[in-house]
Amino acid sequence: MNFPIISSLILLPLIGALFLFFINSKNITGIKYVSLFVSIINFLISIYLWLIFDQSSYEFQFVENRVWIKDFINYKVGVDGISILFIILTTFITPLCILSVNSSIKNRLKEFLIAILLMETLMIGVFCSLDLVIFYLFFEGGLIPMFLIIGIWGGERRVYSAFKFFLFTLLGSVLMLIAVISIYWIAGTTDVEELYKLGIDPKYQNLLWLAFFSSFAVKTPMWPVHTWLPDAHVEAPTAGSVLLAAILLKMAGYGFIRFSIGLFPVASEYFVPFIFVISLIAIIYTSLVALMQDDMKKLIAYSSVAHMGFVTLGLFTFTQQGVEGGIFQMISHGIVSAALFFSVGVVYDRTHSRRINDYGGLVNVMPKYSILLMVFVLGSLGLPGTTGFIGEFLILMGTFKKSFLVAAIASLGVILGAAYMLWLYKRIVFGELTNQKILKIIDLNKVELSILTLLALSIIFFGFYPDPFSNTYSVSVENFLNEYNDKLNSYNLQNQ
Amino acid sequence: MINLFFISTEIFLSLSILFLLLIGVFKKNSESFIYNFSCIILLVGLAININLNPQFPIDLFNNSYKIDYFTTLIKSIILISAFLVMLCSLNYVKQNDILKIEYPILILSSILGMLIMVSSNDLIVFYVGLELQSLALYVLAAFKRDNILSSESGLKYFILSALSSGLLLYGCSLIYGFSSSTNFDLIYQNSESIEYGIIFGIVFVLVGLAFKITAVPFHMWAPDVYDGSPTSVTVIFAILPKIAALTVFINFLYGPFLEMFDQWQAVIIFLSIGSMVLGAVAAIGQKKLKRLIAYSSISHMGFALAGLSVGTNEGIQNSIIYLIIYLIMNIAFFCCLFMLKRENQYFDKVEDLSGLSKNHPLLSLSMMIILFSLAGIPPLAGFFAKFYIFTAVIEQSMYFLAIVGLLSTVIAAFYYIRLIKVMYFDEQREKYDLNHSIGLKMILVVSSTIILIYFINPNIINNFVSNITII
Repeated sequence: MNFPIISSLILLPLIGALFLFFINSKNITGIKYVSLFVSIINFLISIYLWLIFDQSSYEFQFVENRVWIKDFINYKVGVDGISILFIILTTFITPLCILSVNSSIKNRLKEFLIAILLMETLMIGVFCSLDLVIFYLFFEGGLIPMFLIIGIWGGERRVYSAFKFFLFTLLGSVLMLIAVISIYWIAGTTDVEELYKLGIDPKYQNLLWLAFFSSFAVKTPMWPVHTWLPDAHVEAPTAGSVLLAAILLKMAGYGFIRFSIGLFPVASEYFVPFIFVISLIAIIYTSLVALMQDDMKKLIAYSSVAHMGFVTLGLFTFTQQGVEGGIFQMISHGIVSAALFFSVGVVYDRTHSRRINDYGGLVNVMPKYSILLMVFVLGSLGLPGTTGFIGEFLILMGTFKKSFLVAAIASLGVILGAAYMLWLYKRIVFGELTNQKILKIIDLNKVELSILTLLALSIIFFGFYPDPFSNTYSVSVENFLNEYNDKLNSYNLQNQ
Repeated sequence: MINLFFISTEIFLSLSILFLLLIGVFKKNSESFIYNFSCIILLVGLAININLNPQFPIDLFNNSYKIDYFTTLIKSIILISAFLVMLCSLNYVKQNDILKIEYPILILSSILGMLIMVSSNDLIVFYVGLELQSLALYVLAAFKRDNILSSESGLKYFILSALSSGLLLYGCSLIYGFSSSTNFDLIYQNSESIEYGIIFGIVFVLVGLAFKITAVPFHMWAPDVYDGSPTSVTVIFAILPKIAALTVFINFLYGPFLEMFDQWQAVIIFLSIGSMVLGAVAAIGQKKLKRLIAYSSISHMGFALAGLSVGTNEGIQNSIIYLIIYLIMNIAFFCCLFMLKRENQYFDKVEDLSGLSKNHPLLSLSMMIILFSLAGIPPLAGFFAKFYIFTAVIEQSMYFLAIVGLLSTVIAAFYYIRLIKVMYFDEQREKYDLNHSIGLKMILVVSSTIILIYFINPNIINNFVSNITII
């Protein structure tokens, strides 16, 4: 057996966290450097993984399979073209989060970094687990560090938000646990690869699909169970918001591809109208809500819900463009929303206000910041030349193939997105300097500048040249859709 | 000739109790000695018990006493947890002026009663064991006799327990009347046709047993008694009688009445659902940690019963795993309670935990691990306990039970994370003392580490249980 590269990706942050646990908490620089070092090494490993990854194959690669609970569950991890991108997104965002704590986290820095590293372990685990129970462990385990991140380092209403986050997600996922156990008894295994081959009896699929959906819908989040997200975002510290928006939300989107659609094709086809309707509601309604927000973080949180609405729309078109667009949109949103939350964090650290009305005329005092924020805003509203455009364009193309009406309504969401983002930008950056506090504000420091520049460059670079991503997932998506159609056809033949 | 070798644990324990009584009477100021010595006795008893290791089931005393792998395992669990309980409550007992010679002796006799219960294969032997452990526990509950709460809890426990024993005895007599025997094996042979008398008898016996494990609707005494008794006795209540009574549940239901599974399954499911839901809902408003843990243990017993309601070997095995993990979590929780003291005064209110994480980071870290585990959040041991139970439940397609159970874990999660909120998010208070005994610290560290790293190799605990075959 080869070197267990995926397990080392999962374990390295955990080992780093353990190491931090034994460092004296007064040694702040030591703590920062250790965690940064660990996360950067992890990023390099994941890049190496991407380089040696065989893009022409749709099989799961680097698979590790070990007995875990005897005669019951195996520890099985591996990556294919879809999941590897999410792993790279995770390892890319985490070091940036750790870099950003300099200014925003004042107390209990050690515990915060331990929580961030634990989150990294769990998130990578989610994206590469090939066994339902292992997936559930990683998926649910994330609740503990995130609850603490919001609750300990959050804003004024942090307790309420942390509880809401915890209980909403827990409620969603216990039903998934029942479904996982049921699958074990129906199909005799929880190994995802085996389950793809065996297929699950269509008569159970609808109920199982709903159980998985209840968990993923809360985490995505889809309308009407999205209400925890604005609260959690507003109260979480910057790094927490970034992790939440950039990666945690993607776990559900990834879950939709890997499990809901992959395991239950018949049910997925059955529920397409349902998904379309709530995705459209999410896109239009939350865009309108975002327009009326007074709080920057809340506005971006609602825009996340709208963008994730696009993702679910694209995934459930079952067309090559739609699914690829959904995946690309998730990656793009991961980078863009992370950048936006970092940007909000930058001004919040200086003025301790998130209210849009407290700002205005920032361009006079923070020119560098204003330029970078422009890139992120344009990325978020999907201007051609940014990553946001490619995702939304592909999704709309895929949707047009399925239904003209749905695509037409969804396109309205793009316009609304432009409206609220540009209006936000106008209110923050332009206009006259009215607030005395802002006069004394200083422009970005080196660390902030490097974080934001890195994100801005990647938004523009992959906006013009998306091939590195699309080459990685296209073979997997193609095979994925072929298998999907085969299963659906054989089911339809049986029923005729 | 009866082979007494196989009951040497019980014989050793009885002789030790008599010996300690003699020492207590004839030697003055021997309280500490007796306490320490009884810890050693428990360890020796454990060694003897492990050494028995019967390869095949052994029947003694005209088939009224049974030794096999299952009973030996449960006895070892009881002895080891009794040892841990006594070790961790040593300082508490000393500082609260309840270290009298009777205290350890009463604990030992209740342990002896439990061992007899576990091995009993006859209604009368079973009843004798049950009363031996209960009588000792009545006295223990009221041990702080100058304290009005303690006396109240002792009296309450005594009266209600007497009532439930009465019902249990009535059930036993009905069973005897309709099957003309008190021996489990003979009852099994004689009760082939289902008679209403026997079903009534089973229900009455179950009422008595449900009282002991605080299953709803026979749970009313638990919060008051848990709260009123000294904490060192509460931890006994929370752990030991439940292991013994749940074992009797298994021996009793899956022994003589296996064929009547359809008749009693509904009763167990009812007890299980009631306990899970009520334990989860009622704990939300509690302000005292001991009352809270009382409701939490009610709800945990509901989960253990859910495993018994399945009617498969797997269900029983998973219940035992649940029980083992439950007792590790509870011992660890009470260790934390014993550490909340300032100048010989012990604290047990939720608000006393406020801001604990700032003054005592390690204590609150282990408390947090324990609470998340009690709530059943992966990857901690408590999650696996529930996961195994629901695996067995769903195998038999009992989806209603599974859904109710899992939804109640969400409700229960609320009050567990409320405690974490109090510890981590609230303002700090005065520091607590740090001079705890090494035994207490060791138990807390080891048990919370087990909870934390159980997921790395679950087989270690599971292997003990996988040999159990009841059916």
